[in-house]
Amino acid sequence: MNRPLTKNFQSLGPPLSLAEYEKAGGYQAMRRALTAMEPGQVTALVNAANLRGRGGAGFPTARKWSFVPMGKDAPRPRYLTVNADEMEPAAFKDRVLLEGDPHQLIEGIIIAAFAIQAEIAYIFIRQCYTTAFRRLNTAIAEAYAKGYLGRNILGTDFHLALHLHESAGRYICGEETALLNALEGRRPVPRAKPPFPPVIGLWGKPTVTNNAETICNVPHIIQNGPDWYRALSLTPDGGTKIYGVSGKVVKPGAWELPLGVSMREVIEEHAGGLRPEVKLRAVLPGGASTALLPPDHLDIKMDFNSMQAAGSRLGTGTLVVIDDKTCIVGLVLNLLNFFARESCGWCTPCREGLPWIVKLLKAIENGDGRPEDLTRLKEQPRLMAPGHTFCPLAPGAMEPLQSALTYFEDDFKRHIQEKRCPWK
Amino acid sequence: MLSPEEIQEIQTALAHCESNFAAGLDALKIVQRRRGWISDETLQEVARFLEMTPAELDSVATFYSLIFRRQVGRHVILLCDSVSCWVMGYESLFEALKKRLGIGFGQTSADGRFTLLPHPCLGACERAPVMMIDDELYGPIEEEMIEKILARYE
Ligand SMILES: Cc1cc2nc3c(=O)[nH]c(=O)nc-3n(C[C@H](O)[C@H](O)[C@H](O)COP(=O)(O)O)c2cc1C
Ligand code: SF4
Ligand code: FES
Repeated sequence: MNRPLTKNFQSLGPPLSLAEYEKAGGYQAMRRALTAMEPGQVTALVNAANLRGRGGAGFPTARKWSFVPMGKDAPRPRYLTVNADEMEPAAFKDRVLLEGDPHQLIEGIIIAAFAIQAEIAYIFIRQCYTTAFRRLNTAIAEAYAKGYLGRNILGTDFHLALHLHESAGRYICGEETALLNALEGRRPVPRAKPPFPPVIGLWGKPTVTNNAETICNVPHIIQNGPDWYRALSLTPDGGTKIYGVSGKVVKPGAWELPLGVSMREVIEEHAGGLRPEVKLRAVLPGGASTALLPPDHLDIKMDFNSMQAAGSRLGTGTLVVIDDKTCIVGLVLNLLNFFARESCGWCTPCREGLPWIVKLLKAIENGDGRPEDLTRLKEQPRLMAPGHTFCPLAPGAMEPLQSALTYFEDDFKRHIQEKRCPWK
Repeated sequence: MLSPEEIQEIQTALAHCESNFAAGLDALKIVQRRRGWISDETLQEVARFLEMTPAELDSVATFYSLIFRRQVGRHVILLCDSVSCWVMGYESLFEALKKRLGIGFGQTSADGRFTLLPHPCLGACERAPVMMIDDELYGPIEEEMIEKILARYE
């Protein structure tokens, strides 16, 4: 099986240096794109490959690139910002790629920037990724020294500056417009959309933001072609995916697998199945802002459309296995606590509503819940539906809550009736 | 007063920034790395250097959980309190740390050695439960390991 994203990973020690990466076939895709292709041809290949964004929403990458105004009269400079904030609870797949093969990301950045004719790129990385930061810093210096970054790359008239921006905590910075405010040095709350960043973004100039994993796919599409890339996947959307499993399994970890493997395969074949002393109760399939699914959903394929049809989302593709000894009310309380704390405070439903939900959940978990609390909780997902808040953080927070109320309502009721947490 | 080294590092950061504002977080980090935290005086010095008002810089500083506007200990423990770590035993790890250090979240041990803070998912869920001390990640942590880990920090 082909594993393009992780083929250069070293089991121990640092990742490949620039020279080693080139020896393994690296930077050939960049060479091809910059010296033998037009920007539009690069975008066309990515389009034909059916690459969808790996940042959570699955937006088609080439379509996003095509919103950038091109041509002689288009605004300049243009920017590419790579999202490596990865603060979504349960997500660790970008870290694996940043640490494992930093040159793959840099090569992807050069090609993507060429496609939209951006001359400045940023990697936005969270502060806690200290190893990834060091490795990227080294790799960027190597790429500058070799002339792959900077002015007149490979003797062409294409220039690209690449900066590594280290953030300082706060989940909201990963939202693409908050990320732009952060880079501008403003208080990083989200911006109104429209205008959309590919038209009016960083300092008012066209800006594409892509997830780090998305960008890592780009060199392989250029190198091997869209047919090869689509064939990697079990679904019409192309490529492989970094899947991860944490929670009550024998061997938690991350693996590159064809897009569209089932949750069962990931959990049982790769994560070694559940720990022997426990039974499966639920799966949180793609990070904190995805809907919980009960065990009878295990055969669902982990791709964008299948997960959505099942009432959840692929999200980050990193799932948490939750066992029968774990209290679902406590779990949802933990998740909502995260969202309440990380709310940026910009809009009222999220800033005021999330702490209020936490209060209700805490009361239920502690045995102080009343039957009408359940009615109040059930109203919240409607009140915080998309469009009622300034950004998707609060609607995202409603996904685990709503699904828990759908599939595990009895657990809430037992807490209220027994006036205690039955799992404690 | 900003030291010559601080000024030089901030100027390096400014060189590839497109506005003084954009260097704000970098400058705060440069100074915090040396001084441990950002006092009101420090904030004013950095703001003056960047030709921002203190309020403008503080609106950035107070947003970030890892810019410390209050004094912290010599080492900062970030304990992951997100979902995978919670499932894998965060609560008992928190209890053990509280007992060992004699402090709760947001507090500093009496000897000034450690400040304990909760932090969202550290992106190392496959090693849950985890915590970071300064730049170092530890996990999966069992209670028996705590003493040995803490002993590495003066
Ligand atoms: C609160 C919030 C946090 C987000 N955090 C991240 C993140 O850490 N990394 C990321 O790639 N996308 C994150 N996103 C999604 C981004 O806004 C954006 O859609 C994504 O980076 C686009 O990349 P893609 O098109 O390559 O998927 C977040 C969104 C929201 C609402
Ligand atoms: S939904 Fe929450 S995080 Fe998003 S803008 Fe409103 S307050 Fe901020
Ligand atoms: S939940 Fe603790 S590291 Fe991810």
